Amino acid sequence: MDKMIEVNDLSFSFGSGELKNTVLKDVDLTIHAGEIVIMTGPSGSGKTTFLTIIGALRQATEGNVCVIGQQLVNSSEHAKVTIRQQIGYIFQQHNLLKSLTAIQNVAMALEMHPGLTEAQRLQRSADMLCSVGLDDRLYYKPDQLSGGQRQRVSIARALVGKPKIVLADEPTASLDKHSGQDAVGVLKKLAKEAGTTILLVTHDYRILDIADRIVELEDGIIK
Amino acid sequence: MNPYNYFYFPGRLAWRQLVFDKTKLFAAICGVLFACVLVFMQLGFKDSLYNSAASAPLKMNGDLFLMHKQTEAMWRPTRFNRSELMRTLGHPDVDSAYPMYLSLAQFKNIETQTKRTLMVYGYDPDADLLAVEAIIEKRTELRLKDTALFDESSRPEFGPMRALLDAGKNSTEINDYKLKIIGLFRLGVSFAADGNVMTSDQNFLRIFADRRADQIDIGVIKIRPGSNVKKVQADLKTRLNEFVNIFTYDELVQYEKSYWENTAPIGFIFGFGTIMGLVVGMVIVYQILFTDITNHLNEFATLKAMGYKHGYFIRVVFASAFFLAILGFLPGFLMSLGLYRLAESQTFMPMPMTPHKVFTVFLFILSMCASAGLLAMRKLKAASPADMF
Repeated sequence: MDKMIEVNDLSFSFGSGELKNTVLKDVDLTIHAGEIVIMTGPSGSGKTTFLTIIGALRQATEGNVCVIGQQLVNSSEHAKVTIRQQIGYIFQQHNLLKSLTAIQNVAMALEMHPGLTEAQRLQRSADMLCSVGLDDRLYYKPDQLSGGQRQRVSIARALVGKPKIVLADEPTASLDKHSGQDAVGVLKKLAKEAGTTILLVTHDYRILDIADRIVELEDGIIK
Repeated sequence: MNPYNYFYFPGRLAWRQLVFDKTKLFAAICGVLFACVLVFMQLGFKDSLYNSAASAPLKMNGDLFLMHKQTEAMWRPTRFNRSELMRTLGHPDVDSAYPMYLSLAQFKNIETQTKRTLMVYGYDPDADLLAVEAIIEKRTELRLKDTALFDESSRPEFGPMRALLDAGKNSTEINDYKLKIIGLFRLGVSFAADGNVMTSDQNFLRIFADRRADQIDIGVIKIRPGSNVKKVQADLKTRLNEFVNIFTYDELVQYEKSYWENTAPIGFIFGFGTIMGLVVGMVIVYQILFTDITNHLNEFATLKAMGYKHGYFIRVVFASAFFLAILGFLPGFLMSLGLYRLAESQTFMPMPMTPHKVFTVFLFILSMCASAGLLAMRKLKAASPADMF
């Protein structure tokens, strides 16, 4: 099986000198194509930091981080942008653009893909919103949707570009039990259909059952 | 990405973000509109001042003009000896030389009998020293004793002259000297004088009993057709006494304008006002755009995490700046047009909305919006998308 994410000896710290605060210590983790991995751990254990390094949002300087064959440690801005375009990111807060409708929000993920017409973009966005069960909410703006619906739009946005990897940062944190399970259920179903790799960070034990594998991070060390 | 989408996508996002919050958009447009009107009005007043100040010199009909070196501007001349002007006739290319007399005087309103200061021009009517059609037509009548023409564009405080003349009331006093207004012409008022009267040189000397024919204010020289003005000017300079200036037409207009621009305190006041208008406008536009970008910083960071490049956001911000500039400029322009009319009707000074002015103000608003946006962009560049979440 292909290695989608391969991390060796990754260390990361904020600040320098006496104020140096080490967040990740010699982390090793390999995730294969199509795997769904959940990373749990208490607050402040470095989960989100780890996720932002994998997502090419944060620059790491020690160790090896290989995502879709690209080395991200000490990488160029161009390399990071290229990786970001191949990853779907689901945020803790839905982070939808509040001035855009659901379908326009989803289509934003496709504007970077050349070769699609506007009609094709909207069609694919509509199809994806149908898959997450929002076929009657295409033209609603975020403030007209419930928390669970917003998170499902956010999932649709992350998946519509057919990314190889989806990274999710506490996607259920602001949702109640029912809509939270709904949302990750949809995510799992669509990811399995498309063979997408998922790394999901959470401390919500109610959704652990969707994972193929669970890793625990505590004080910057994988247990 | 094809070049069309390169600008279309960020432009579309900028537009959607702008129209999403109608209240904020309205406030932003009002700000740009205000800046726009501010600059338009300052420029308008300034141009109007300089145009009206030069309204008399612009109408002067001659090739070369003699003025005493101590004369700063036409409305406040220092007299010099007529013989100085007559000496120029010795030059073979000089065709004619005529004196012009100028003085401020008290004009009595025919209706209310109140007195107000205006400018009196006196010269030989046959010389046509002012190229104004209405004066040239009245050439013969002006030769009569105690006759004068009145400038219709004078301020209304001098009385409704046209109606009074139609009713046969044409007798008034200038400096307590009784004379008849026999017609109207149009020259325009300036900051120096609220009105104008034109009369013959003979009548001028009757009105101003203390003035003598050989002490003149301006000498107007006409040269023979086909001769070179610059050469005649250079020749005459060597022959004339040092205390006179000899100007060509363009130099005279420029001399008069630069007096109001530089020497008169009023020029400084309006120059200062224009700069203040520009600065205040700049601050307003900058505040609006900066707030707008700060409000969307989180959304930009999200897009950055999705793989959008920095250049995309620069285009979004420039597009917002462009839309705001246009949306604020259009109503600002219309409002200024109305205010120009209003100001014209109140001050009786011309305030034209020239294409040059429209272009200048639009360019200013646009570049202000753009540079304000660029300054605000640095905020996003410095922030890493990872720190946003």
